[in-house]
Amino acid sequence: MRVLAAMSGGVDSAVAAARLVEAGHDVTGVHLALSENPQSFRTGARGCCTIEDSRDARRAADVLGIPFYVWDLAERFRADVVDDFVAEYAAGRTPNPCLRCNEKIKFAAVLDRALALGFDAVGTGHYARVVDGPGGRELHRAADPEKDQSYVLGVLTADQLAHAIFPLGDTVKSEVRDEAERRGLAVARKPDSHDICFIADGDTAGFLRDRLGAEPGELVDTTGAVVGAHDGTYGFTIGQRKGLRIGTPAADGKPRYVLDISPVDRRVTIGPREALAVDALTAVAPRWCGPPPPDGAELRCLAQFRAHGTPVDAVATVGPADVEVAFAAAQEGVAPGQAIVLYDGDRVVGSATIDATRSAVRA
Amino acid sequence: MSERRVYLDHAATTPVLPAVIDVVAATMATLGNPSSLHASGRHARKLVEEARESVAAGLGARPSEVVFTGGGTEADNLAVKGLYWARRAADPRRVRVLASAVEHHAVLDSVDWLAAEQGAKVEWLPVDAAGRLDVAALRRVVEADPESVALITVMWANNEVGTVQPIGEVVALAGEFAIPVHSDAVQAVGALPVHFADSGVTALTVSGHKVGAPVGVGALLLRREADVVPVLHGGGQERDVRSGTIDTPAIAGLAAALRATLADVPARAAAMTALRQRLVDGVLGVVPDAVLNGAPGAGLPGIAHFSFPGCEGDALLLLLDAAGIDCSTGSACTAGVPEPSHVLLAMGAPRERARGSLRFSLGHSSTTDDVDALVAAIGPAVERARAAGIVNVSTRGN
Repeated sequence: MRVLAAMSGGVDSAVAAARLVEAGHDVTGVHLALSENPQSFRTGARGCCTIEDSRDARRAADVLGIPFYVWDLAERFRADVVDDFVAEYAAGRTPNPCLRCNEKIKFAAVLDRALALGFDAVGTGHYARVVDGPGGRELHRAADPEKDQSYVLGVLTADQLAHAIFPLGDTVKSEVRDEAERRGLAVARKPDSHDICFIADGDTAGFLRDRLGAEPGELVDTTGAVVGAHDGTYGFTIGQRKGLRIGTPAADGKPRYVLDISPVDRRVTIGPREALAVDALTAVAPRWCGPPPPDGAELRCLAQFRAHGTPVDAVATVGPADVEVAFAAAQEGVAPGQAIVLYDGDRVVGSATIDATRSAVRA
Repeated sequence: MSERRVYLDHAATTPVLPAVIDVVAATMATLGNPSSLHASGRHARKLVEEARESVAAGLGARPSEVVFTGGGTEADNLAVKGLYWARRAADPRRVRVLASAVEHHAVLDSVDWLAAEQGAKVEWLPVDAAGRLDVAALRRVVEADPESVALITVMWANNEVGTVQPIGEVVALAGEFAIPVHSDAVQAVGALPVHFADSGVTALTVSGHKVGAPVGVGALLLRREADVVPVLHGGGQERDVRSGTIDTPAIAGLAAALRATLADVPARAAAMTALRQRLVDGVLGVVPDAVLNGAPGAGLPGIAHFSFPGCEGDALLLLLDAAGIDCSTGSACTAGVPEPSHVLLAMGAPRERARGSLRFSLGHSSTTDDVDALVAAIGPAVERARAAGIVNVSTRGN
């Protein structure tokens, strides 16, 4: 097969490309330039879009003896990922940009272009497994539960998966580093990228403040009493405890958590941990891996509602354009904007974007 | 890389001539720093001065006008910055730098730096749709305030589209106001007759690796009376304007390459023009809507530059690379990201056309087989790249 290997400059994608070469594929390496103003060198160990990362990727491709190119997707990335990220926060939701990048960039813009240019598939260093199932390609969790990235790949359809190769899905991370060392790849001990690649200094609140400006508002408790002030609702995520700057301590002396974010009146509601409990949610824009289940179908499944979260027992009821998910036990920290990914064991069934939650307390 | 490659990127670099490899190797085996006073040093100096005389003779300069450098980029930097500093020091009113909009980055970025860091006022001189300097515009710019012009820099021939610039007219105009002219002749030397004294330019840039010498050696031909402030400070080995231990083997190689290349410029240019015509006819035969850029009949004989409507240049390059053909998008890279060529944009091409361009450049080792291999591969590549281009446009949403 002719395979396009997406190479970030990190160890995972380098080893993935090496394995593709070793498997006998005709491999071409491509580094995606996603930043419109790439910094020369990374600050700390974050990010994957610096010029240094591009050079690391090129060096790995040279070691493997494969052609290497840089594709400029900065404009698409800004429009589809960064702008979406900012808009979601502005609307009081908590987006997952990695997922959006997989959905819109890596397995859409890049895959489409690769197929048009005569490639058969795109290979990446993601930790997930693609398995041939009875109903077509299936996405399964990686062998390394610590690194499993099936959550951020859950948006992929069977069609996209038919042209995706994840050579690291059956391997644990430590082995990947050792393998890179054996193969003479200089990135073997390069630190993992963290957090959000386009926020190099890790200061998400500062990044949003630069783009959205100060929008001061009130912190209120569940009775509506004002207990503090904030610079903008976009600085908050459901379930957040730290950095609330509460002026008035709670009567019971216990920590307070963000329960609700309302950008329209710029109010952030906080309350006790118990009030975080959610027993059901509605999620929109479902993407099914395989044939969509019929309207009204009830799926017993494991549901995961944030990256690296624990999957929990749930029943998903399929609607015409949404999914209702009822948890077997109430859950905390369920944030609109995040994806809910439904699993059957290790297999991804589908994914949707959390739109609204139902409190277990008031129910 | 064991498969046979079809090399159509001689404007990027061209194979070192076998005779030059012999000269460089033999010279490397001799000992001596040309600046030393002892016998070994004298021997090395003899080799360097023979090379200087040879280069001067080949390019119509005096030996004392040849300043060897570490390549074309260094020569461009020395000319642009050195002339600017010297001219401004002589008269502080001279802060204007007039440069064609299609210069190589070695000139472009030097000029930009002078503007950003050294108080220069830059005027980019427009070119026509063929990439040829608008001399009337130059006259207007000069005459607006001749006393304030530090220098004019216009390349002899463009490295991307091959258009030859009206250096004679530029020099005549500059001469009316005693303004020095620098010309980057990196692509022209060896391809066209270049005579330094007859041209009347003050400074002229030559690069070794475009004429069959190694990378890392070049020269600035600099008129005897011209004053430049050095960029590299140190021992002042080259006429007190360029420091650094003199690279005897590379300089001997440069001289050997120029001797071989300059021996029969008209005959080789004619042969190259015929080969280029075969390439142009072949490509246009397969891709009739391809646009040949530059000045047909008035360009470098070895360069054919096309825009392929509906294609991204980097997609075409990838496909041709996979088909065994080396060529170039002809544009500079920032962080490896292909940018639309400033040359094409200056020629008035829309960004899409600028992005969808490829340069094929011929050299001393090019054959009809090379051209025919390209003609065989270009059709399917364009078809594929068009499909991919459409994908990109549709997903980009603009």
